[in-house]
Amino acid sequence: MNDSFIQINEISKHFGQVKAVDNVSFEIKEGEFFSLLGPSGCGKTTLLRLLAGFEYPTSGNLLLDGSDITALPPDKRPTNMVFQNYAIFPHINVEKNVQFGLRKLGLTNDEIIKRVKDVLSLVKLEGYEERYSSQLSGGQRQRVALARALVRQPKVLLLDEPLGALDKKLRDEMQLELRTLQKEIGITFVFVTHDQQEAISMSDRVAVMSEGKIQQMSSPNELYKNPQNIFVSDFIGETNFLKAKTDSKDGEYIIVNIEDLGSFKIKNNLNISENASDVICSVRPETMMIDKEKSDWDICLEGKIKQTSYLGEMTKFYVETKEIEKIITVSSQYFDNQSFQDGKCFISINLNDISLLNKK
Amino acid sequence: MEQKNNTLLIYTLLYFAFLYIPVLFLPIFSFNDANYMSFPLSGFTTEHYEEMWEKTNLHKALWASIKVGIVASVVSTTIALFAAKAFARYKFRGQNISYGAIMIPFLIPEIILAVAILVIWLSLGFKLGLVPVTLGHILFCTPFAMLILIARIEGFDFSLEEASRDLGENAWGTFYRVSLPLYLPGIIASLLLSFIISFDEFVLAFFLTGSDATLPMYMWAQMRFIQKLPHVLALGAVIIVFTTFIVLLAFWLRNLGQGKDKAEFGIKIHE
Repeated sequence: MNDSFIQINEISKHFGQVKAVDNVSFEIKEGEFFSLLGPSGCGKTTLLRLLAGFEYPTSGNLLLDGSDITALPPDKRPTNMVFQNYAIFPHINVEKNVQFGLRKLGLTNDEIIKRVKDVLSLVKLEGYEERYSSQLSGGQRQRVALARALVRQPKVLLLDEPLGALDKKLRDEMQLELRTLQKEIGITFVFVTHDQQEAISMSDRVAVMSEGKIQQMSSPNELYKNPQNIFVSDFIGETNFLKAKTDSKDGEYIIVNIEDLGSFKIKNNLNISENASDVICSVRPETMMIDKEKSDWDICLEGKIKQTSYLGEMTKFYVETKEIEKIITVSSQYFDNQSFQDGKCFISINLNDISLLNKK
Repeated sequence: MEQKNNTLLIYTLLYFAFLYIPVLFLPIFSFNDANYMSFPLSGFTTEHYEEMWEKTNLHKALWASIKVGIVASVVSTTIALFAAKAFARYKFRGQNISYGAIMIPFLIPEIILAVAILVIWLSLGFKLGLVPVTLGHILFCTPFAMLILIARIEGFDFSLEEASRDLGENAWGTFYRVSLPLYLPGIIASLLLSFIISFDEFVLAFFLTGSDATLPMYMWAQMRFIQKLPHVLALGAVIIVFTTFIVLLAFWLRNLGQGKDKAEFGIKIHE
């Protein structure tokens, strides 16, 4: 395995005044399922298009498997792309679409036929050779786009929000399938999405982007459990933010004064400085407990349920407390929207579940 | 309500009568056995049509018109295709001005265009003939071709071209294998309409032909002799039928595949 299979070195891409990608550097490993995640306009698609060769960087360079591809046009790069709208050629059938990219590879007729056959069976589209794009469903078009790209056996497959147009059920299926496929063929995937659940469930590593910069790059678990800043904490999953100030350090821990709640000793993963007046405590809704009785957890607050939303596998409670000005979101798999008749409840927090973040 | 519908119907009928009744007189009198265009009709004959086979000058003029029409339509469609692609695909500085500049020949009175070309052509020391006529027709047809092609290319999914580049085709390969087949209905419509515009054009030809008459010039020359009128009528009738057919074909092609989804259609020219 090559740990720096794709090297992105100080890449910037400006469109006029807009810095779509702003001095980004990182590496992608060979055979990795790598996701670029972020809200629309964060630069993730531009970065993918830079890798594909549809855009050229304003500065910086790109290396793929040791060779500089910065100035190569798309047709000279060993990458292939699955487009957001699939871009299936409407004037030729599925078989011709899949063959399209093989013409310049210098294969014999038999090899072409075999490759097309193999890739169509890989994406489970046998029997659809004669169909045209207009005769296919969204999911089938997506498979054609995948087959058309994979048949060239690229070093890297680039995927631009390929599941965005599918309905939820199909999307879940395709997520699993794509993941299995990637493990099976071992090609490096670079996957662009705005859907954090999608990125987390499929990827080996995720780069969260915002305003042209990488906010955090790590495994999905790390991303969820140890967000490096407020943006990531807010973007990945759901969370409650509480204002706080820091006091003195105590080894790995730091004394934190949470607004309206008092002082607590909290693990200082991000090494936040002492006496900082502007820090944030993040607490995930599912790490808290909601109950009818008081608990012996580190923090236990009496509250009143203002609103609930029942989601089937769990229920979200929006709780008002005397101490905290903001409404706190708590989720529970045990209680549902009918459990608290009078709305009176207790919410409990363990200090271990609080992550401390810099406000900036 | 009833009243209003009738008014609109009458208006519509009057409008079509105004458009087509004068034109319908041509075929009627072209079958009339007389030298004058007047009622009552004196008898049925096809001799005016038969006459057309024998006129070598007519054949020469027809051939001249076809040559001019083919060159003018191919060149103006080619120019318009590149321009339409640029306008539909990219945003660039001076886009509106250059669009306007291409469209202006469409709006300038033809006679001014004709005089301008005449003056320049003669002052450059060239001889009048079919070459300046062709150049004038290219200028005149390009805006029409542009309008047709922009309508076709706008809304085209350009990620198809990116997909082709991504799959290893260079710019020309992409144009030939993806863009061209998808634009083809528009290109053919543009070729047909440009040809017809050139084929029917009189003013530019009048100023620039010199001695090589095009078909409209030939007709104009014939009309000065009353005894030659009937066979001009016959020729006119044939041209009307031909033109109508080409225009309908062009409109059918232009709209092909645009009803539901533009991208769903393309003509297969590859194996």
